[in-house]
Amino acid sequence: MAKATFSIRRGGRDGGEMVDYQAEVSEGMVVLDAVHQIQAESAPDLACRWNCKAGKCGSCSAEINGMPKLMCMTRLDTIDLSQTVTIEPMRAFPPIKDLISDVSWNYEVKKRIKKFNPRKPDAEDGTWRMQQSDIDRVQEFRKCIECYLCQDVCHVLRDHNKHEEFIGPRFLVYTAALEMHPLDTENRTEDLKDMFGIGYCNITKCCTKVCPEHITITDNAIIPLKERVVDEHYDPLKKLVKLFRKK
Amino acid sequence: MASNLVQITRRGFGETMRRDGWWIQSALTFLGFSAFIVYSTWAAFQGAHYSFGPYLSPMYSPLIWEAAGQQLSGHAWLGSWPSWLPTYLLVQPITPAILILWAPGGFRFTCYYYRGAYYKAFWADPPACAVGESRSGYRGERKFPLVLQNIHRYFLYVAIVFIGILAYDAIAATQFKDGFGIGVGTIVLTVNVILLGSYTFGCHSLRHLVGGGCDVMSDKPVRQGLWNWVSKLNRNHMLFAWMSLFWVGFSDFYVRMCSMGVFTDYRIF
Repeated sequence: MAKATFSIRRGGRDGGEMVDYQAEVSEGMVVLDAVHQIQAESAPDLACRWNCKAGKCGSCSAEINGMPKLMCMTRLDTIDLSQTVTIEPMRAFPPIKDLISDVSWNYEVKKRIKKFNPRKPDAEDGTWRMQQSDIDRVQEFRKCIECYLCQDVCHVLRDHNKHEEFIGPRFLVYTAALEMHPLDTENRTEDLKDMFGIGYCNITKCCTKVCPEHITITDNAIIPLKERVVDEHYDPLKKLVKLFRKK
Repeated sequence: MASNLVQITRRGFGETMRRDGWWIQSALTFLGFSAFIVYSTWAAFQGAHYSFGPYLSPMYSPLIWEAAGQQLSGHAWLGSWPSWLPTYLLVQPITPAILILWAPGGFRFTCYYYRGAYYKAFWADPPACAVGESRSGYRGERKFPLVLQNIHRYFLYVAIVFIGILAYDAIAATQFKDGFGIGVGTIVLTVNVILLGSYTFGCHSLRHLVGGGCDVMSDKPVRQGLWNWVSKLNRNHMLFAWMSLFWVGFSDFYVRMCSMGVFTDYRIF
């Protein structure tokens, strides 16, 4: 059986080093299988998060050969195994141990977004009626598994450390799902501009590239939200039209 | 939000663990845009060889006035270059192209696709996904001057008018001296307006304006239809952005070569 070398980040919150391990490679293996093999045979104290092994729980996010990916969905036959394969934790968040990052910042961000606020029920049974065509657009955003790979690859967080001022692609998608919902009555454009820092996004589409659920983050969520912010803050003609409509 | 929760180590410029050719896409974008900018700037300052028979270069359309010192070609809206308009601004000649190219130039410069592409290729911000950057400071599009990118929709309005004018030019390119006909140039100018139209009508701002700003479109069938249609074009926005960019340059080159006598424009019928 062929062997491959994996260079894995080992260490706690500070420092850390890349340590090489060997693993036997067989057909159909994914990176997570190799990590499990290394845990079983060479490094029983190697820490990594995983759960479903089916690309649906979003736990095993890591950087494989420098690109943010799910370990469970990255097949070894898609990687050049003649060279050492590097596996690191997500860089946009502080490391805890080995391959585990502290993603708790994301949970705090989510709490700041105005919750779903539906209009009054309009059906006799006290519920709502929606057309499928109206809900189709936000359905895509609900595929998100919160793996935070998009947050990890976003240079605003990763390189510029703007965690204080920018909520990142994941939560722009979440905001889009609420903001474009046909029942929702809340207006989040002011927050998007000021608190959520949508203007920091410079549309490099890296988030879309790494999304394991293939959500068209930039084109379908971020840019439409940017356009809503333009409507309210940067379009004098639109403001004028609104003024006349009010009268 | 507790900022001390997140403290990451910055990587230096170009620093990455990526092993693939991450720099190739940005390098190709840089070369592609640079080639177009150099050629279009050169062509815009020529002020000659922009028309040939019924063909008018898209870089000079709409031709408001014929370029200074040029014979009337029949394409100019208002005839000869007016005496009150200077022909030079310092050392640079003012040509009919200079008067109009701000519009398509502004439309492309503020386009969402191009922004993402040139921020990477020209500003290295970032050089590629998951690759370290050169600058530590970052303001994004929140502050002047990049906050001005938000006027994209105004350039869109002008760009739509230009599509109408270029469509007229493509039809006019069938009107030869001996009557209706189709030459290679007719096809070149027709393909040009189709590609430019596909790019313009797939614009993200247009997508928003026709229906994207509404949360409920099921009771607005026209807006729903337009949104679906623009969304289809929008899925290939990058492709049309590149194809139309190349074809505009090629259209000008073709008309220019025909006008200079280098190319022979073959008539199909």
